Amino acid sequence: MAEGIQRADISASDVHSLHKRVKDAFQAFDYEMNNTVDVREITTIIYSLGCFPSQKDIHEFIAELEEDHTGSVHLDKFLPVMTNVLMEHKFPSIPEDVLIQAFEVLDKDSKGYLDSEEMVELMTKEGESFTQDEMTEMLMALADHERRIYYKDIICQLTFDQEI
Amino acid sequence: MGCGTSVGTETQGQKVKTDESVVKTTNPALTMKAAVLIQQWYRRYMARLEMRRRYTWNIFQSIEYAGEQDQLQLSSFFTFMLDNFTQLNGNGPDLISQLLDPVVDPWLDRESSYSQILVPDSYTGPRLSFPLSVSDTNALLCAFKEQQTLHAKYLLQLLYETKKLLKQMPNIIQLSTSYIKDITICGDLHGRLDDLLLIFYKNGLPSADTPYVFNGDFVDRGKKSVEVIILLFAFLLLYPDHVHLNRGNHEDHIMNLRYGFTKEVMQKYKTHGHEILPLFQDIFSLLPVATVIDGKILIVHGGISDETDLDFLSSIERHKLKSALRFPRCSFEQLDISQSYRKTKRLKSGNSSHSSSNSSRNQSKNQKRSNQRNTQRGLRRQESNSSASSSSSSSSSSSSSLCSPRTPSCLSPHPCHPSPSLPNTVNIQHMPFLDSLLSARQPSPSQRREREWKQIVDILWSDPKTQEGCSPNTFRGGGCYFGPDITQKLLLQHGLQLLIRSHECKQEGYELCHGGQVITLFSASNYYEEGSNRGAYIKLGRELVPRFYQYQVSRTTRKLTLTQRVRAAESSAFRALKEKLFSHRSELMSGFQQFDQNNTGVVSVSDWAEVLESVLRLDLPWRTLRPHLCRLAADGSVEYNSCFEDMGTGVSLPQVTPNLAETLFRFRTDIEIIFNIIDKDHSGLISNEEFRQTWRLFSAHLGVDIDDRAIDDLARSIDFNKDGSIDFTEFLEAFRVVHKLDSKDPHLSGK
Repeated sequence: MAEGIQRADISASDVHSLHKRVKDAFQAFDYEMNNTVDVREITTIIYSLGCFPSQKDIHEFIAELEEDHTGSVHLDKFLPVMTNVLMEHKFPSIPEDVLIQAFEVLDKDSKGYLDSEEMVELMTKEGESFTQDEMTEMLMALADHERRIYYKDIICQLTFDQEI
Repeated sequence: MGCGTSVGTETQGQKVKTDESVVKTTNPALTMKAAVLIQQWYRRYMARLEMRRRYTWNIFQSIEYAGEQDQLQLSSFFTFMLDNFTQLNGNGPDLISQLLDPVVDPWLDRESSYSQILVPDSYTGPRLSFPLSVSDTNALLCAFKEQQTLHAKYLLQLLYETKKLLKQMPNIIQLSTSYIKDITICGDLHGRLDDLLLIFYKNGLPSADTPYVFNGDFVDRGKKSVEVIILLFAFLLLYPDHVHLNRGNHEDHIMNLRYGFTKEVMQKYKTHGHEILPLFQDIFSLLPVATVIDGKILIVHGGISDETDLDFLSSIERHKLKSALRFPRCSFEQLDISQSYRKTKRLKSGNSSHSSSNSSRNQSKNQKRSNQRNTQRGLRRQESNSSASSSSSSSSSSSSSLCSPRTPSCLSPHPCHPSPSLPNTVNIQHMPFLDSLLSARQPSPSQRREREWKQIVDILWSDPKTQEGCSPNTFRGGGCYFGPDITQKLLLQHGLQLLIRSHECKQEGYELCHGGQVITLFSASNYYEEGSNRGAYIKLGRELVPRFYQYQVSRTTRKLTLTQRVRAAESSAFRALKEKLFSHRSELMSGFQQFDQNNTGVVSVSDWAEVLESVLRLDLPWRTLRPHLCRLAADGSVEYNSCFEDMGTGVSLPQVTPNLAETLFRFRTDIEIIFNIIDKDHSGLISNEEFRQTWRLFSAHLGVDIDDRAIDDLARSIDFNKDGSIDFTEFLEAFRVVHKLDSKDPHLSGK
């Protein structure tokens, strides 16, 4: 296996493994068992594979993959593109410390936490705004009983181990 | 407070430190960037969570479908016992008579004893008076909320009255909507009292102003089937014009044996259970099978087939079909012919079953899952011999075979041991398989009966699929997969516009398909586990546009976050999955060892996944699930022994060989059912001899090579108090899988 050495030596079995991973994730949304998924699920699939594209990246991705006007994406197109993305680590995830800095930027008074109200204000007005549901869910998950989000604490709570 | 970490490549705003506080002025662009980062990160987390939820769902569904396969296993075992019962004559247990309790026509009245039953003063539960009034139903609701049980006397009376009422009803109920009130339609409840109460709370109790249709599967699986069915019958009696019950595939005494209703009744009604159960049997077969609203909306439990004909369906004597798993009785002469015919067919093995199965598999809806059905349990099996074999006519009529001949090897009886006499004394045809050739040769009365049987089974068992056409539902072993064209055709034929059905669990409680012409409605929330799915009900007004209402019962008052729900469901799913692994340990180990000739204890991830897939036949993303199932060695390969690490047996039985233990684990539920049948007086005890006979028979049927001595040793060691009888509750306890790392024992069957 290519452990920590030049990635150039990716073996056939690695590719096979990657293919399997991509297929598994894809098929979780393939309701009709015909190797297509709704284009709106693509984001979820890509995220779940450990990649961290921006909205712009996703739009480009989808434009490349979508079957004209059908609103669906076929596995045959998705598989090679996604495998490539994984092999080249194209959209690496954000390191925790950068994430913390982002919170600190928002935490104007450097309190170490953000109030729920602040969070709502920021998440729904700035950037790629949250929907009402997303906001509710986030608050429920992350805010403590005083309705504060201590960002340094919650970050380790909500990160995953990387596979492969 | 400063950042301990280095600043990124972004330029930060000015930092102005005063003595008291740090005030940062940040530029808006930076704020936006930070917000976007957090949003992306959070969305990614949620996507991963969604994926975990989906995988968890897949695990539950795969295991459930695999479990349904076992049901067919049991049916075929019954057949096998029937064929071989001559061996049991004399010393053996009178299994056949137990099983085939003389089929009393449900139409006939049974002797009523409820008037003689005395209710003690100490009984604080509801005392019903017939005809029922609102105070009775209120008393029942209160009592069940307080975990009380209705006294057997009142239950019996309730059942007698319900039976009388149902006899007057047609097979298909015709309803009309009105301008003033909506009709509420509910799907599967499966003994979930909390869901029923929640629906009543949100939507109102059944009444003249709040009419209801309940679409089958009221019992089994859930722990409160008795309470649910009592309430439904009580409201039915109270408002016969406003409460309507459709039969589901679980309103069937053989299904009840396996999926928990029978057990629940016997546990709650130890003294009178034996009188209560046959009454339920009668009532279930007397339930109407369909409801039509305004001549436009058809409501059935399962679905339809290309042969569904509502006019024919109306004409059937529905009570003749007591159980979908038993072909209706044939007369004696017909039986003779069939028996000898089947014997000769047995000699030909069904190779054509494979080729026909390939074409049907491509048509069948769940292509991936169809692979599961060719379960090789690693035990010796014989090729299926009934209905599937060589003849060409078999392929057309086997379309409704309750046990698909296309699942090779696992389901059929063995070739008969040469028995000197045909079972002339058998006067009941107990044949779960549709034998096409049998029907071809029989005179028309039996053909009609077969047609009738198929009509009802199709209604109760079918599932929709996305591809066109109609193919046998080999998954469930009954009914069909029906495509959008079939739906279209039926709707047109009868001037209908919508089909509402249940039968399948859906994450959101409902789902549309066939271009909106079919709605699946499921009303048992958290069906697999806390947080697994919502329940839903539909309201219909005069305009006939369905409105959906969703809900989810929560055991705790605190609202769970999605994370918590997913985690809970996930852990339950993995527990169930690990038990599957454990009960196939020997086969898995030999599979692993084939890839590990040098006995290093490790195999590659791919090989590991391959072994699991081929042994368990569950279509799951094994690589993704691996971290929950076993450990990796330092070099990234799988330490396969770790799959079984934290699992053990309930009680250690010294003389049980691993092979036997595993087989017992795997077939626990079937064994339990058989015990329940043998234990005629429901004492919880069977004699050592009965146990031995049963076990020998069952293992012969499975093709398991179990030494007679091993069985005898086992029987002896289980007979803990050496009194010649086995407490089979203890026995089952011993073969329950225990998770060693748990403090509490997990639920296993009958969720």
